[in-house]
Amino acid sequence: MTEDPFEAIKATFFQECEELLADLEAGLLALENGEGDDETINAVFRAVHSVKGGAGAFGMEALVRFAHVFETLMDELRAGRKPCDDATIKTLLRASDVLNDHVAAARGAGAPVDEARSAGLVAELEALTHGDAAPAASAAAPEADEDEFGFKPVQFDPMDLAPAAAPATSGGGDWRIVFQPNAALYAKANDAGLLLRELSRLGEATVEIDASGVPMLDVLEPEEGCLSWTIRLPGAVDEAAIREVFEFVDGDCDLAILRDEAEAPPVEFVAAPVAAPAPDLDITALLAAAQAQVQAPAEPAAPAPEPAPVIAAPAAEAKAPPAAPETAANAPVAQAPVTIRVDLDRVDRLINLVGELVIQQAVLAQRVSETAMIRATGVGQGLEDLELLTREIQDSVMAIRAQPVKSVFQRMPRLVREVAQMTGKQVRLVTEGEATEVDKTVVERLAEPITHMLRNAIDHGLEKPDKRVAAGKSAEGQVRLAALHRSGRIVIEISDDGAGINRERVLGIAVEKGLVEPDTQLSDEQIDNLIFMPGFSTAETISDVSGRGVGMDVVKRSIQSLGGRISITSKPGEGSTFTMSLPLTLAVLDGMVVSSAEQTLVAPLAAIVESLTPRAEDIHLVGGHTPVIRFRDEFVPLVDVAATLGFGIGPEPASTGVALIVEAEGGAKAALLVDAIQGQRQVVIKSLETNYQAIDGVAAATILGDGRVALILDIDALVSNTRRSVRKPDLKLAS
Amino acid sequence: MTEANIQTGARRELIAFRIGEQEFCVDIMAVREIRGWTPATPLPRTPGYMKGVINLRGAVLPIIDLSGRFGLGVTEPNARHVIMVVHIRDRTIGLLVDAVSDILQLTDDQVQPTPDVAADEVKAFVKGIFAIDGRMISLIALDRILPTEPEAEAA
Repeated sequence: MTEDPFEAIKATFFQECEELLADLEAGLLALENGEGDDETINAVFRAVHSVKGGAGAFGMEALVRFAHVFETLMDELRAGRKPCDDATIKTLLRASDVLNDHVAAARGAGAPVDEARSAGLVAELEALTHGDAAPAASAAAPEADEDEFGFKPVQFDPMDLAPAAAPATSGGGDWRIVFQPNAALYAKANDAGLLLRELSRLGEATVEIDASGVPMLDVLEPEEGCLSWTIRLPGAVDEAAIREVFEFVDGDCDLAILRDEAEAPPVEFVAAPVAAPAPDLDITALLAAAQAQVQAPAEPAAPAPEPAPVIAAPAAEAKAPPAAPETAANAPVAQAPVTIRVDLDRVDRLINLVGELVIQQAVLAQRVSETAMIRATGVGQGLEDLELLTREIQDSVMAIRAQPVKSVFQRMPRLVREVAQMTGKQVRLVTEGEATEVDKTVVERLAEPITHMLRNAIDHGLEKPDKRVAAGKSAEGQVRLAALHRSGRIVIEISDDGAGINRERVLGIAVEKGLVEPDTQLSDEQIDNLIFMPGFSTAETISDVSGRGVGMDVVKRSIQSLGGRISITSKPGEGSTFTMSLPLTLAVLDGMVVSSAEQTLVAPLAAIVESLTPRAEDIHLVGGHTPVIRFRDEFVPLVDVAATLGFGIGPEPASTGVALIVEAEGGAKAALLVDAIQGQRQVVIKSLETNYQAIDGVAAATILGDGRVALILDIDALVSNTRRSVRKPDLKLAS
Repeated sequence: MTEANIQTGARRELIAFRIGEQEFCVDIMAVREIRGWTPATPLPRTPGYMKGVINLRGAVLPIIDLSGRFGLGVTEPNARHVIMVVHIRDRTIGLLVDAVSDILQLTDDQVQPTPDVAADEVKAFVKGIFAIDGRMISLIALDRILPTEPEAEAA
């Protein structure tokens, strides 16, 4: 086994871990909301179990130890031996956070696990498992008294996990189980290690491995089962229980279950039916098992001339119907989503090609319409059909990249729990619209602003429990995180039922920090929007949670860089709602197509506030030559796009053209003067840097329906250019 | 690498083209396709020899006027001009020339050093010259064609 495939398997394991941990948390949250049932508990158990199983195969001890304690408690819960009450679920949720940390640490991605926290939770979990009265108190104050429990790392070894409840009394000869998995067993994603572990639960088990069946590497068939195990169990163990362990691998292994009374080796050879190797072979399980084997003292590379089939009882004789989905060995098979993992590059290449197809189709349609062919032949109809088809292909291809926002949303409950704990507030997070789909690149970049806004909502929005009660609200605050599609964009809403924005204080701070003049008259809405000003932070004390000097202005900027907008509404005493709207993809842009000095240009619609026809009397010159235009009692610089880009001179006089009022980064406004507006259109963004280089004032290029390239304006650059340099006026104004 | 090839006697194929009265050539392996002139979208704040960008099957292709680049005068392109689509480093660029004239098979030992008399601007882009049938053809160093981009590189 070389290094690389193993790393790849490990990567797959961590990918699976991510999904499992997500399922785990989702299950716990469902339980918390009272929506869970026995199957939910089973699902949580399976998730922990699978994480543990995989981790064991890779020798991630810390992770295995923690998962084991977790799993043990879940086992108690699903057996109904322990009540699944609120306190337990809260502890389990925090345990799932730590499990996440362990996985991240094992992956080498996250910070090392907070040992004290982990140990504290282990103690809590164990206390819950054993139902001791005294440690139960720890659930109330988990972090504080972790030392009291003096966590002793539980050395976990799947091979000698013997519950104390099963004393090893050998009555009537010990059991000897000889078990040789066939390829089919691995092909069904079963794992010999899991079966062995199940067996070891039944009583004091000793396991021997027979690796003599492993051939030399050059003839090794990786999909074959070459190993066999001999397990000894105390005679007191019920035979039915042993058979049950193998219930799901029935027929896929050579199995002999024998009483060890006689000395004679009970070798009877009966070939069990060997299924043809299934096409969807789970290499992971196989190699994981093999890896576990390599770590065992046996030397797998030991040359063996031919695989020595050990023993087999007609395994088919046990004809128990498959039941009880909670059987651990069955867990990995339980979910088989019909999905494939595809390299993102391939998808992107497909998307590019389809983009070209769409443009080519538009060009073709235009060429044909220029000739007289349309009426004479069926070409017109054919072209229309072609257009419908290409649009459909484009939508379908974009849908490949679309992902539900769930992947971001499901990270939030943990954040909320942690922030709530830090701030001493009680918070309930309600999420809606998790299935809302948006382009992958957008999903990835949503996490940061949502995180920031949720922190803000809890830290600044919600009141402390006592204040809430005093205001006649429930002590537990609610934060709602919702996603929905609205007119071709995705809208994310984050609302809290807190105190709302304290406008007096916001205004006071803004004045104090010199962001607004003291005597400015502002509407409520304008005051609310002051929190988006750079350098604004309202927390009375700089808190760990959200007062690090980066404020809502950073959120606003990151959303704007995605072509999105953010707004706030707030009612005193009732709470605030932040609404951000984003494009569904970063590959296309909603643009305003304009003409300027015979050039066709595209201005990003997200930046445009308004468009208007400038009136001569609204245009003034500051300092003799810098033109400004009056826009709602505000003077904003007037930028002649054609002159700024060096294409010539814009409309003259200005009142013959159109001014686009745009808002650039940091809220600076400007009026872009162009000749005319052609219309709104979604355009595909093409980078100029691929074949050339970045150009100041141009964000990117696109290809319009006529096949010509049009430039997309970089609003921020255009606006900051005018503010930086005082250019000679290329613009003659009508006085 | 190309310099090294010149030392050996390796055979190579070149595409020759005309700019005004002069003939130039580039390695055929660098040329992706040759197409007629289509009007380009001008780019702001670029040197005069940057004719702008065109749509090459969905890709944005910058067009360099080789005549302007060599200091031989800016071309006013019309339908008879030709764009050679070439691959330079990781980029695909269109070179505007008057006409493609020939495909040549030469060995590298036929390359002569550029005489000192040539104009400075041209010399900067020429690796060497060939003499064939009384014609003089200059071999162009493609990687020097791209405009230097101090700003873009720094950023």
